Amino acid sequence: MALSASSCSGGKSGVAANSNEILVGHVGSLTGNEATFGISTENGVKLAFEEINASGGVKGKKLRLLSLDDQGKPEEAATAMTKLVAQNHVAAVLGEVASSRSIAMAPIAQRYQVPMISPTSTNPRVTQTGDYIFRVCFIDPFQGRVMAKFALDTLKAKKVAILRDVKNDYSVGLANFFTETFKAGGGTIVLDESYSAGDSDFKSQLTSIRAQNPDAIFAPGYYGDIALIMKQRVELGIKAPLLGGDGWDSPKLAEIAGSAMDGNYFSNHYSPDSTDPAVAKFVADYKKTYGGAAPDSMAALGYDAAKILADAMNRAKSLSGSDLRDAIAATKDYPAVTGKITLDKDRNAIKSAVVLETADSKYKYLTTVAP
Amino acid sequence: MIQFVQHLINGLSLGSIYALIALGYTMVFGILQLINFAHGEVYMLGAFIGMYSARALHLTDRPSIGALVVAMAISMAGTALAGFTIERLAYRPLRKSPRINVLITAVGVSLFLQFSGQLLFGADPKVFPEIYHPGGQWHIGQIMLNPLQLTVFIISILLMLALQTIVYRTRLGRAMRAVSFNHDLASLMGIPTDRVISFTFMLGSALAGAAGVLVGLIYPKIDPLMGTLPGLKAFVAAVLGGIGNVTGAVVGSLILGLSEEFLVGYWAPTFRDALAFALLILILLFKPTGLFGTGRQDKV
Repeated sequence: MALSASSCSGGKSGVAANSNEILVGHVGSLTGNEATFGISTENGVKLAFEEINASGGVKGKKLRLLSLDDQGKPEEAATAMTKLVAQNHVAAVLGEVASSRSIAMAPIAQRYQVPMISPTSTNPRVTQTGDYIFRVCFIDPFQGRVMAKFALDTLKAKKVAILRDVKNDYSVGLANFFTETFKAGGGTIVLDESYSAGDSDFKSQLTSIRAQNPDAIFAPGYYGDIALIMKQRVELGIKAPLLGGDGWDSPKLAEIAGSAMDGNYFSNHYSPDSTDPAVAKFVADYKKTYGGAAPDSMAALGYDAAKILADAMNRAKSLSGSDLRDAIAATKDYPAVTGKITLDKDRNAIKSAVVLETADSKYKYLTTVAP
Repeated sequence: MIQFVQHLINGLSLGSIYALIALGYTMVFGILQLINFAHGEVYMLGAFIGMYSARALHLTDRPSIGALVVAMAISMAGTALAGFTIERLAYRPLRKSPRINVLITAVGVSLFLQFSGQLLFGADPKVFPEIYHPGGQWHIGQIMLNPLQLTVFIISILLMLALQTIVYRTRLGRAMRAVSFNHDLASLMGIPTDRVISFTFMLGSALAGAAGVLVGLIYPKIDPLMGTLPGLKAFVAAVLGGIGNVTGAVVGSLILGLSEEFLVGYWAPTFRDALAFALLILILLFKPTGLFGTGRQDKV
């Protein structure tokens, strides 16, 4: 069970690239509490690789994906990373979605000098590990600012309560960044409550929050817990909307929360409803390949991360770790599905965020916020 | 004040779920002096059986109390069978061996079920279907009473009353109490002890199965590892009340549910899971027999 490998072309432990293939690793939560994160990302990456290989591959070679499951556990993510770089000698690694797990993987990538691109980890610490670690998404100080501004300006909220997942680097970080901007903008945090990922009863925290009568509740957790929080918010008759971040984005959210999902807001990387032709083409291709479901932002960023990696491989002098690293770092104005991507000197993508409303068990696009 | 009453309601509903699980622990301990660590997994099986039977019978098409009863009945039958099988295959062959062997076997069965569950059901959380969907909210002033919460509470109480009747008002119950009092003597009196023990396992497992369905209904996210923590907490609740004692298990569970709720609501949410085990240590230090654990004749 520890490491069940799955990839498009078989993932036995002895996999090595033959001369006309480039092996690329992916670590994701294909099972466990955040399974849709890993599965969506893998789907996005696979779609990108198929397109790249169909149009001739990279430097005349085909890209081959070796995908490992970390069950949503940081320690398993580190093991999988070690296996990919030390045993399979992959050229680069894509992953993880969750910041806690990317933070566990990053030191290994750095030590073996293998470039790692996280599609969706937004905690600032992820890329601070070293110069081999990149990401193609925005970071939490920005995401927290977007939601704090949204609460202040659009919702006209004065009092906000926080409900953070203390087990989760992403959630703790995002809550702090939100608090900073919200207070600076003249708002008050009336209560700062916490929970641990995997809890199923949030009524006691929500009851305490209700007593403070806030205008909104900032709950930057992952979808599994958030869905239950949404349900219990309705059960307790709380009118204040929940606000959150990209960790909400999963098809399971609507499935678990049902109609209790409506009337809340979260920041995200892109909206599948965008009229941009590149987005529309991606959404259509994804739906065709994976049977109907619209791609969530994990899928879109997995796709973008894979495309940016391939683009850098084409530009790189060789596929050695340092050459590839330099090429990725030089990425500028790459026209990706989730917006134009330029990597800054801290190896983070500078790009805009969207704010979505959950309505009728779907997402409704509200606004785009530029960096 | 409003907040206090709301916490009280939430805590009672949480405690009643723990009680359903704790009863199985306490009955099995009463009769075999065995801590059945696989009991939390039986509760998990109950939730999954409930989910699959609700899907197979399309119970979500017409959510009603009837649909809930059907799903619960199937789930209770299924977990009773599971409890019977576990006892028959894993524990009965060890009846004459030292207690520690059986205890370790219980841990083994628990892990076996957890990971078989991951293989069988998949490791990602599943959504429990909405088979009963009482509309609206009841307001008493500002206090919100969720009809679902109330239903779950009432069903739990009814199940506990049914258990009480079985244990104290039937021949089988008398046999259970006799076996619990003295296994060898009961067998000399012509009581089929093996059959009584099987029945005790089935009864306890059925209650855990019911708890699985009820929890699935309130917290509709179920996964193969969901039984571990509630199982351990229910065990603590059973020890708190005096393990082996039916009333003790219920009272212990309500105390645990309420103290968790108040701890999270007023003080330190992240200590939720630590509380149960801190309580366990305190009880073992100061009153190892638990609150109700003195009267030997009450044991089941």
